[in-house]
Amino acid sequence: MGKMLSVSELRKVYEVKKTAFSLKKDRIKAVDGVSFELESGKTIGIVGESGSGKSTLARCILLLEEPDEGTITFSGNDLLHMGKHELKRLRKDMQIIFQDPYSSLNPRRKVFDTIAEPLLFHNIIKKKHVKEKVIEIFKKVGLDEDFLDKYPHEMSGGQRQRIAIGRALATNPSLLIADEPVSSLDVSIQAQIVNLFMDIKESTNISMLFVSHDLNIVRFISDEIMVMYSGKVLEMGEKDEVFYRPLHPYTEMLIDSIKGELFKKAKVDTFDFNDGCVYYPRCNSREPICSKEMPHLTGEKEHMVACFLST
Amino acid sequence: MGFADNNRLLNVFDLRTSFSADSFALHAVDNISFYIKKGEIYGLVGESGCGKTITALSIMKLVPPPGEIVGGHIFFEDRDLATLSDRDMEKIRGDRIGMVFQEPMTSLNPVLRVGEQIEETLVAHKNISKEESKSRSIELLRQVGFDKTEKKYLQYPHQLSGGQRQRILIAIAVSCNPSLVIADEPTTALDVATENKILSLLKELVSGYGMSMLFITHNLNIIKRLGQRIGIMYAGRILEQNIVDDFFNEPLHPYSKGLLASIFGIKGNEKRLKAIPGSVPRLSELPTGCKFHPRCSFAMPLCREEEPPIREIGNEKWVRCFLYQN
Repeated sequence: MGKMLSVSELRKVYEVKKTAFSLKKDRIKAVDGVSFELESGKTIGIVGESGSGKSTLARCILLLEEPDEGTITFSGNDLLHMGKHELKRLRKDMQIIFQDPYSSLNPRRKVFDTIAEPLLFHNIIKKKHVKEKVIEIFKKVGLDEDFLDKYPHEMSGGQRQRIAIGRALATNPSLLIADEPVSSLDVSIQAQIVNLFMDIKESTNISMLFVSHDLNIVRFISDEIMVMYSGKVLEMGEKDEVFYRPLHPYTEMLIDSIKGELFKKAKVDTFDFNDGCVYYPRCNSREPICSKEMPHLTGEKEHMVACFLST
Repeated sequence: MGFADNNRLLNVFDLRTSFSADSFALHAVDNISFYIKKGEIYGLVGESGCGKTITALSIMKLVPPPGEIVGGHIFFEDRDLATLSDRDMEKIRGDRIGMVFQEPMTSLNPVLRVGEQIEETLVAHKNISKEESKSRSIELLRQVGFDKTEKKYLQYPHQLSGGQRQRILIAIAVSCNPSLVIADEPTTALDVATENKILSLLKELVSGYGMSMLFITHNLNIIKRLGQRIGIMYAGRILEQNIVDDFFNEPLHPYSKGLLASIFGIKGNEKRLKAIPGSVPRLSELPTGCKFHPRCSFAMPLCREEEPPIREIGNEKWVRCFLYQN
């Protein structure tokens, strides 16, 4: 089991104006010192709510956003110090699936062409054999040949997402990043797509980063879980460890909410902190020390947590 | 189905709401019946396009044209809203029935201070002075969980977070002390932690004010935490009605079973989710017979031909499925 991807101290800061006219800018730390390693054939699930930085992290790894600091090593290559051509060659090995299958497919292009494009672009197959290959990919993602000549608007959300998955798998990548791939789909369709991901996982040796706000789906599909909040990793570890023995109050809250547990009485949010733990304002078990500094991620590789109260 | 039952605050009976064009009509809500008891939270659950929002809009008589209520009754506090004039309906909306919408970002007026927006409803329905409406608004802000209420009263919507805006909308919805609040996916746009807080607030308010609530959502988990009774909607119909605890232990309709399996069927060592095959039909392409039969693993020849009638299973439980006919 080699390391497929290794990310170290990755940072991405956005500067935004405080109001439309002010000169002062706020610095928003979208990804704030994230490090992890993904072994080949494994899946890491990244959970967190909107604004937690999980999508930015995913996009930084593919260099769709340029990170400010840190290193990204993908099968031995330092992605941040590579030439354009080398990078293009590597691109076929790392693919992404976006959340919204309505906007991520070209509406004026038949879905056959959408899947054929990466095959031809990366010279994976000769033009005369491309149809067979596309049909093979269609089968893999559970669509039959009738769909070849359709346009995206003729298909349902679930079917479009299958096309997006097919397009990503076409180049036979070794790393697949899925950014909320089921959250725009109906409940009954979500399960179908999750099952498709499981099929892919079992039939190939692909490594995956599966980004979602839904812990239930992440738990089903991942080997490891990483919980993000406000650009930081709060907890990370093997999925059963994190799910059955959560150490961070935030993870606990997430798990309670999917179990359908009744609410515990929540403390009122506070904004009385500066350099403290990012979760301090909303934490139900906060202590004075938590408002002073951000705890580091500590513990064994199987289960790490950034919380003063669990160590 | 007694209209005379005093315990029933809202009694929707055979409601049908259609969107018609020149040559055809689509029935977004097709002969649904359900009731809400006093002080109860009723969860109406379904996937997108099943007609749950149109049901809510029908009760409020706010269905956008060309949609219109073409049949049935909506009995509410001794009156049939389905036949009420626009003018009489205006007196009920906001006063007797409050509504919380899904999108807190767009349902507030961006150029009015939030205090004014709460007062607006109060002034429209209650015959009270400016000072009274202000002190009532500030009291409402406190009730929905704000602490610096005087300051909040003067703020504009863009100064508030999504969760805070939703609290404002809730304050507006309960401002006139309505007997029914309709909440249409009120937490869908919010994060998990904020969702928890909004849900506990709604629960508190319902018991505090003795209101009833129609809670519309696609998220079964929320109803598990919040509701007393549940209706499962699909293709414009309610396929099953059940008591929440019983529903989660033993759902009746194959669709309900499928929904639950695809969410809760995740036991530690299962390799696959039990997905419901196929996809939600479009209203323009509804199958014959039972609308769920093409996706149902128990479908029989009869299901293709006839639509199953409502079959009572027990007290307050019924299902539309031929599996339960004998």
